[in-house]
Amino acid sequence: MSFLLAVALMAVLAVILGAVLGWAAIKYKVDEDPLVDKIDAILPQTQCGQCGFPGCKPYATAIADGEADINQCPPGGDDGVRKLADLLGVDFKPLNAENGEEKPKSVAVIDENTCIGCTLCIQACPVDAIVGAAKHMHTIIEKECTGCELCLAPCPVDCISMQPVGETVQSWKWRYPVIKLKVTA
Amino acid sequence: MNAPAMKASLPANTQPVYRFHGGVHPPEMKHLSNAAPIVPAPLPARLVVPLQQSIGNRAKCRVAVGDLVKKGQLLAAADGTVSVAVHAPTSGTVVAIDEQVVAHPSGLAELCVTIETDGFDVWGDRTPLDWRAALANGDGKTIRDYLRDMGVVGLGGAVFPSHLKLGGRDGLETLVINGAECEPFITCDDRLMRERAGEIVAGIAIVAQLLVARQVLVGIEDNKPEAVAAMREALAASDIGNAHVVVVPTLYPSGGAKQLIKLLTNKEVPSGVRSTDLGVQCFNVATVYTIFRALEHAEPVISRIVTLTGNVARAGNVEALIGTPIADLLDFAGNQSDSEGYIYGGPMMGFELPDTQVGLTKAGNCVIARSAAHFPTKAPEMPCIRCGECATACPQELQPMDLYWFSRSKNFGKAQEWNLFDCIECGACAYVCPSSIQLVDYYRFAKSEIWAAESAKKAADLARQRHEFKQFREEREQEEKAARLAARAAPKPEAAAAAVDPDKAAKIKAAMERAAAAKAGAAPANETAAPAVSVDDDKAAKIRAAMEAAAAKKAARAAAEAGGETPATKPAAALDEEKAAKIRAAMEAAKARKAATDGGVTAPAADATEPVAKAAIDPEKAAKIRAAMEAAKAKKEGRALAPSVSDNTPVGEVAGSLANEEVQVDTPSKPALDPEKAAKIRAAMEAAKAKKEGRAPAPAVPTDTPAGAASAALASEVGQVDTQAKPAIDPDKAAKIRAAMEAAKARKAAKEGGEA
Repeated sequence: MSFLLAVALMAVLAVILGAVLGWAAIKYKVDEDPLVDKIDAILPQTQCGQCGFPGCKPYATAIADGEADINQCPPGGDDGVRKLADLLGVDFKPLNAENGEEKPKSVAVIDENTCIGCTLCIQACPVDAIVGAAKHMHTIIEKECTGCELCLAPCPVDCISMQPVGETVQSWKWRYPVIKLKVTA
Repeated sequence: MNAPAMKASLPANTQPVYRFHGGVHPPEMKHLSNAAPIVPAPLPARLVVPLQQSIGNRAKCRVAVGDLVKKGQLLAAADGTVSVAVHAPTSGTVVAIDEQVVAHPSGLAELCVTIETDGFDVWGDRTPLDWRAALANGDGKTIRDYLRDMGVVGLGGAVFPSHLKLGGRDGLETLVINGAECEPFITCDDRLMRERAGEIVAGIAIVAQLLVARQVLVGIEDNKPEAVAAMREALAASDIGNAHVVVVPTLYPSGGAKQLIKLLTNKEVPSGVRSTDLGVQCFNVATVYTIFRALEHAEPVISRIVTLTGNVARAGNVEALIGTPIADLLDFAGNQSDSEGYIYGGPMMGFELPDTQVGLTKAGNCVIARSAAHFPTKAPEMPCIRCGECATACPQELQPMDLYWFSRSKNFGKAQEWNLFDCIECGACAYVCPSSIQLVDYYRFAKSEIWAAESAKKAADLARQRHEFKQFREEREQEEKAARLAARAAPKPEAAAAAVDPDKAAKIKAAMERAAAAKAGAAPANETAAPAVSVDDDKAAKIRAAMEAAAAKKAARAAAEAGGETPATKPAAALDEEKAAKIRAAMEAAKARKAATDGGVTAPAADATEPVAKAAIDPEKAAKIRAAMEAAKAKKEGRALAPSVSDNTPVGEVAGSLANEEVQVDTPSKPALDPEKAAKIRAAMEAAKAKKEGRAPAPAVPTDTPAGAASAALASEVGQVDTQAKPAIDPDKAAKIRAAMEAAKARKAAKEGGEA
């Protein structure tokens, strides 16, 4: 009798626990690989494609899948590589020169006198930072420009140039305190 | 010092005082400048007025170079909520609006308005506000907007827009008026309270009414007995109920808002909570003074009281116009030749001026000429010995040594966990540090790094969002297009189409087959182009669908037109009418657009009356564009930048635009030509589409072929249709099209050859 009771008890327990597990599997389902989002959060979102992937998210996916190295993002710079290395628990490696080199943050500027209004740059811009219409002058919303340089190549009249964003009073940062050493004879 | 004697002379507080944690007592040095009354500074030859005079957005400039301005005239208007206006401090001429070095630790330039003073100091029109009526009506917003437009900011040093602090909710427990002035050397608030207590109290009355404050507490340190006496007298004379001057012990930084609130109300403002949430609001005495001046006398903030002290012959307080070059003020105070530098603000929280030519700002309460006598060379920084003195001194009850370690090692996350952002940068920790570590420099460094990282993160998030939206939009557009085409293709009466236009259908089919064959040939040739080819299939399907839809439409219309007639001519005519109407509508739209952009009446007139002239203009325009493109191409080839792409583009653009223009010009005069024209447009569009298609995926060659072939087929078909319908009208035009098509084909072939 006690034997049957034990079996029944175990069976009931199994059913209950199974139901709990099944419910949890549905309730706490993880659709996307959370690692991809974490990597994507570190990437600078310039969407420039210098890494060889069509955007930051595809590169993040490739890193998560182990198909790409962590040092292929020039806009992120060595700092970005370091953060990726920290996240993924791998060793830091310097930026891969094949993907380009780190440049100071720039924005694209259209020479509005030369622009013929061909809309090619508008189509190329990954973040819709260019306004304009066919046969009308185009211009770049400086605030939205990520400096990806993707609009340079399609321009048939070469009227887009990259201009570095200088330091302003608002963006200025306090420097790391440096202690001056006195030279004694 | 005779501080104890002074304290003895003060009447006892009627309100209790509660101590805050920590604090230091540096040498006060207030005796240097607190004896002499406030004097007006001489009118300088020119004023440099920065447009960023408050926390938040820079004011928007409202004057131009060469403008004559009167005293108090608006120079720049507030831009948004967190921003205040800037006014001309005196009358004169605007001689420059440019970037100049400003009083900021960075030494960087900011947009400034430079005014050459005319010496007359004439006021412009002043529009007073009937604030008493507004207050009686409970219309606080009018008063707040007025104060914003009068440029009223917190003059204690933070220059926070005052109108934002006056947003009354349902009454305030305590209004704290800050007259503590705890930093050494500075005496501007002391002198102001001594000399203008009545106006300060009038300002307090206004603020208390605006905020519906139940209690007003004025906190003054016990090293300013004259100010205490003056304020007590003025308060007693006023009709503000439940207002008290509370004498607080001299202890740096009792003038910090949170410290003074704790001293007077025993309320500690927790991290991340504003004092308003606790029913307390704090205003500096100079701020309430300017609020009174603005409301009662319609005087914008165009001057402030500055303490000039340190290594100067005549230390004291001056009322100086905003924008006065600091060098002028120092000259007035008798600057000594052995000054080593100039501190803007107090010795604890101020910074070294990058240049003495900078204009005075609303934040500038003190300028100290630095000399070895008052500021001996600091001892060299030694390692932290973890003595904990800084933690004892910290008025915010932080752990400065930990913050130092984290900031120094750039462990910013940890520094934030240790509440770095609750640090008020008072410098008490650095003052007591036995290793003379400049702790605040590390905190400032860490804070600005964290802010920069946060703004970069925000920018990245925005870029991600915009990129994802663009992808979503492109996808949606594609889907919509496919859906539209499918919807048009679905109800096609196939039998009718076959009956009406069998030769056309056959031709289309043939073209499609040719295209398919071309694609099949291209696919094995370039295996890496697999995705491109799949895109192609899709495209071809779409084109097919579009063509079928067109055929169906034509057929339907023909059926509706008349049963018995010859199917070859009639549908064409029917089509013509509709198309002509459509084109006419498009033309009118284009005309309207042109009129809007040109703003001229001549262009549309010419458009309407003499199409020939327009035709003459257009080729010229096209030629110009072509020239520009060729120049660019040449440049680009020099740089070896994606030549295949740039090669493709211009021709397509020009051809497209030419085709469009021709249609516009020709239609009204020769409506009979329409089907041919339509075909041309279609061909041009196909070509453009093909080109675009070729650009999207990397390899241009295989993708170009099918669409190109289709369009070529169309073109040849056009010729045939034409000859059937109106063989006599324009054979040379058809020939031209054919020639153009062949030229395009030849070019493509050449490119293919080149790439292979």
